[in-house]
Amino acid sequence: MLPHPIINDFVIRFANVNGTGSASANNMFAKAIFRMGIPVTPKNIFPSNIQGLPTWYEVRVNEKFYLGRREGIDIMLSVNPQSMLQDIKDVKPGGYFIYDNSKPLHKEYIREDIHYIGIPLTEITTKEYSDPRQRMLFKNIIYVGALSALIDMEMSVLQALVEEQFKGKEKLIAPNHHALDLGSQFIKNNYKYPLEFRLERRNLLQNKILFEGNAACALGAIYGGATVAAWYPITPSTSVVDAFSDYASELRVDEKTGANNYAIVQAEDELAAMGMVIGAMWNGARAFTATSGPGVSLMQEFLGLAYFAEIPAVLIDVQRTGPSTGMPTRTQQSDILISAYASHGDTKQVLLIPNAPDECFEFSALSFDLAEQLQTPVIILSDLDLGMNDHVSNPMKWNDRKYKRGKVLTKDQLDKIQRYGRYLDTDGDGIAYRTIPGTHPTKGSFFTRGSSRDEYAIYTEDGNAYKRNMDRLSKKWETIKTYVPKPELFQKENQSKFGMVFFGTSHYSALEAKDYLNADGISLDAMRIRSFPFTKEVVDFIESHEFIFVVEQNRDAQMRTLLINELEINPKKLIRILNYDGMPITAEHIKREIKQSLNVDHLQMAEMQHG
Amino acid sequence: MTYQRPSFRHPELPLNELGYRKKDYEGSLSTLCAGCGHDSISAALIQACFELNIEPHKLAKLSGIGCSSKTPTYFLGNSHGFNSVHGRMPSVATGANLANRDLMYLGVSGDGDTASIGMGQFVHLIRRNLNITYIVMNNGCYGLTKGQDSATADKGSKSKAGSVNPFQNIDLAGLAIELGAGFVARSFSGDKLQLIPLIKAALAHPGFAFIDVISPCVTFNNNVGSTKSYDYVRHHIDATATFDFVPLAKEITTHYSAGSTQEVKMHDGSYLKFNKLQKDWDPTKKETAVHAMHKANEAGEILTGLIYINEDSKDLHQILNTNSRPLNQLTETDLCPGIHKLEEINKSLC
Repeated sequence: MLPHPIINDFVIRFANVNGTGSASANNMFAKAIFRMGIPVTPKNIFPSNIQGLPTWYEVRVNEKFYLGRREGIDIMLSVNPQSMLQDIKDVKPGGYFIYDNSKPLHKEYIREDIHYIGIPLTEITTKEYSDPRQRMLFKNIIYVGALSALIDMEMSVLQALVEEQFKGKEKLIAPNHHALDLGSQFIKNNYKYPLEFRLERRNLLQNKILFEGNAACALGAIYGGATVAAWYPITPSTSVVDAFSDYASELRVDEKTGANNYAIVQAEDELAAMGMVIGAMWNGARAFTATSGPGVSLMQEFLGLAYFAEIPAVLIDVQRTGPSTGMPTRTQQSDILISAYASHGDTKQVLLIPNAPDECFEFSALSFDLAEQLQTPVIILSDLDLGMNDHVSNPMKWNDRKYKRGKVLTKDQLDKIQRYGRYLDTDGDGIAYRTIPGTHPTKGSFFTRGSSRDEYAIYTEDGNAYKRNMDRLSKKWETIKTYVPKPELFQKENQSKFGMVFFGTSHYSALEAKDYLNADGISLDAMRIRSFPFTKEVVDFIESHEFIFVVEQNRDAQMRTLLINELEINPKKLIRILNYDGMPITAEHIKREIKQSLNVDHLQMAEMQHG
Repeated sequence: MTYQRPSFRHPELPLNELGYRKKDYEGSLSTLCAGCGHDSISAALIQACFELNIEPHKLAKLSGIGCSSKTPTYFLGNSHGFNSVHGRMPSVATGANLANRDLMYLGVSGDGDTASIGMGQFVHLIRRNLNITYIVMNNGCYGLTKGQDSATADKGSKSKAGSVNPFQNIDLAGLAIELGAGFVARSFSGDKLQLIPLIKAALAHPGFAFIDVISPCVTFNNNVGSTKSYDYVRHHIDATATFDFVPLAKEITTHYSAGSTQEVKMHDGSYLKFNKLQKDWDPTKKETAVHAMHKANEAGEILTGLIYINEDSKDLHQILNTNSRPLNQLTETDLCPGIHKLEEINKSLC
């Protein structure tokens, strides 16, 4: 009996060797699915290495817009003998293992419950190409061609992508088209096709883009008016500044003089990177740095100074698993607490947590306005999954507007003020007026320091002056709550006594899990946190549910801790739903964990409700 | 504070060309120990800026942490200042300078702040050739934490408590020359006549300018046996030259005996005039400068004056090819590519 076709709902994984040019072929594969209008989620799973180690590329296809990662591999395309044994084990029963059969497989590689499709990739490339590098590169294109036949991918879409990729290098188009044909023809001549896992054009993505978070953050910084970028290379944030550099060299060069309307400095370390950002913003330019967890650790002292001295700063933290010698190429949401309370002394920092490339762009641009309006650092918490993988996203939005520079006094304003006080709360919102060096010859200057000064920035170690300042900063913190983005709510009115809270890249898997649970008769209300400090809406959501599942990608339930600590919630009310193996969270996992906790805690919860 | 600096000044004190009095370059009252070398350096800075006709708000002063780094409150009260993080002033100054290339930048640091915790940032500041005057108030000890040896304390120098420093010293001026700094000087807080023109020349230098000023700590390092005490320094100074800084288009007022002078023209048209005391030493030639320093070291002397100058180097803004308009003055019109460009970018991602 022929298997029933499974349309636009499967996972394919490519097992490659890093440094062999597979990435661009794999990207083309995912982009072709996107072009057919079918929601697609590609993810790179790569080692901290440049050449020779196994690397995987996993593509989930799902026309219901379930864009999170899914467990289980339906089709494995293997061109890496090193990881082959494990790759075969990872295929779901009934799935397919596609491999280079130029050499026969040893019998320990044979599983009875999966299908094998051999393509003699080495044989074909040896016959077709004499240059070893061409053999390596075209092998990738040939397997994409073979897959196109196997899963009904439109060849014309692939061909068009090749043409776009080699615009300006037209000579390369024909050989790539030929390689696609070689793969596709081999399948057509030797196998029954298509497989039951197959694509069907849907045109669901007319208004969407396929983009990575890091580049979107970089573009947001361009639109937000950043002129100084200081950074130290660290995976997975490096591509933020790489992209900023690319965009700036295109969009930020003075047409007449050829001079740059930006400056990028690769600092000697993350401390220096943050120092430069603070120096630049103190002096009235918009500046940012991008880093990951180890860099955030190193920036702690400066972040504290900026908090106390009230200097704007923008930090894009692309989170990864800890520690410094951890798994730097795996994703996590584990810098929540170190960012929220960055530094020593009483400090709290503003966090913005985007979930998709369009929001990376929006928050990145917004962060400069917020940092200047609130006169404090703003930390954008992205993660490796969001930053370094392509995501289907709404297009980036912008309305041409003036930058909000906050309370900065001009020369004329200074002339009208009798006595200027840098830390004087004249408006009652806890935010005082800044002056930028060079504004006025005799008014408005002051000596910036962390504390030990009064409202007029005059040196004092009077404890009362210190306390007054700290209380004003607390007042400012309340003001900040009215500026930061509100959470996203997924129901008009609450339906359930159970709530689900998530943030960042847990978004799609959480909503998918919510659907599954709903189908099983468990209804949940949902909220996506987008910022810290928590706004009133966050408080309302939590207060109006009896139990809340807090979904996050770290071991210690850091967001849950932050909620408990800031909102003084009974810890029993917030239930941990965690994922911390370095892979993006899946809906199956969330659903399983929630169901399990409902079973385990059922009696206890019932007791609490009645007691 | 229970006391204040009297605000009264003689009404006939001279104005500089911009119409400012010296008072306009002063700061609040120093809280350092009476007799601290740092206060003399502050006074020299005030005098130099007054004489150079610097608009007070066109200079920004940045410092790290320590006694030295407190001093920016004691001079140029009409200039913005930034008391940053221990050893990290160079990065803050770099950011500030990138934001506005039109201001002058004065970095004030100490031997602990620069030669220990801040060594990394110091060397990278030189590597980038930031346009800044960087002054180390060097007393060979940690004053604020009560007198521990610093990394610039000489080997064999005796502390107040009687212990002898067993470690090699770090010579910041020698290091700066080695790293390619274009202006390297050493001076003594007690030698105002040398220090003031050095500060002026450093401020006029269009790149990284370094002055290592030996500045005795009267409280913790002014004892017999210390090589950073007033007495020791006075007795071991070996000035490279008597030296004058002649601002752009000014008459030469200092007179030197014929045949012994050397002039170095600076980019802005100012020039330096040396009355040389040493043979075989040319401040524009790195090898001879390094040689002169080594020779003085071997003789147990402290070489002071402008040791090395090279006017031909690109500063960070030139290296990065930034707009001549300061980056902090660019607006949305200059910086934001606009809606239509974004639509184009969105389209390219479909």
